[in-house]
Amino acid sequence: MLSKRYAYADSGRCVSCGVCTKVCPMNAISIFKGCFAVVKEELCIGCGKCQKICPAACITIKERGAL
Amino acid sequence: MKKRHWYDYLWIWSIIYFALGFFNILFAWLGLIDFLVPIIIAIFGGNKFFCNNLCGRGQLFSKLGTDCKCSRMKKAPKWLSSKWFRYGFMIFFLTMFVNMVFNTYLVAEGASSLKEVITLLWTIKVPWGWTYQQGVVYDWIAQFSFGFYSLMLTSAIIGLIVMIFYKPRTWCSFCPMGTMTQAICKIKAHKEIKK
Repeated sequence: MLSKRYAYADSGRCVSCGVCTKVCPMNAISIFKGCFAVVKEELCIGCGKCQKICPAACITIKERGAL
Repeated sequence: MKKRHWYDYLWIWSIIYFALGFFNILFAWLGLIDFLVPIIIAIFGGNKFFCNNLCGRGQLFSKLGTDCKCSRMKKAPKWLSSKWFRYGFMIFFLTMFVNMVFNTYLVAEGASSLKEVITLLWTIKVPWGWTYQQGVVYDWIAQFSFGFYSLMLTSAIIGLIVMIFYKPRTWCSFCPMGTMTQAICKIKAHKEIKK
């Protein structure tokens, strides 16, 4: 079953430092070719750890139903 | 728990680097590794493996900020990670770097003499003479060491300040090396990004 929430990374603001990939408990985030963070939505559990640590504040937690 | 890699301990290297500069300034040259490796990886690998996994400074900020709780964990102002500030800071930093290389050149040409000082934040001069005995190497080699160590220490101080006030790795959001390598990666991957 999918979680209620998931993380979304703004590729325009991401500085691709990679700290989100380190804190993610599900290994759901990767840095696409050094350009920006990409969240695998189906793996994300919406815990918000990446949002809390992101220095550029480019990650937001979204509701799945809202889309 | 995630699997630990050997490179997860590179924060120790960061401490060793700054410690060595207190004993012998010539060790400052080792800092060039942290300048060249990310660029080489970005150009040939097309990724930010350095920032993501190898950067000892970033790891140190994570260690101090997250593990040792030395960070307020507050959101940094948005302009700090905006494009104009990132590129502006990179240009400023590179200008200061070129200025430092030019000073080295002047010493090499004999137009100016070796100054055994560390310049913090591009303004504050701190006597650092105990780390070097004149005549050990060419004056310009020593001059570059003092200049380069100044840059490294300056950026570390700025990084520590923003680590305390904002998120642990706030420095990464405007680190000139990070901006540069990300720009290289974006140029390399521009076709895939457009899709």
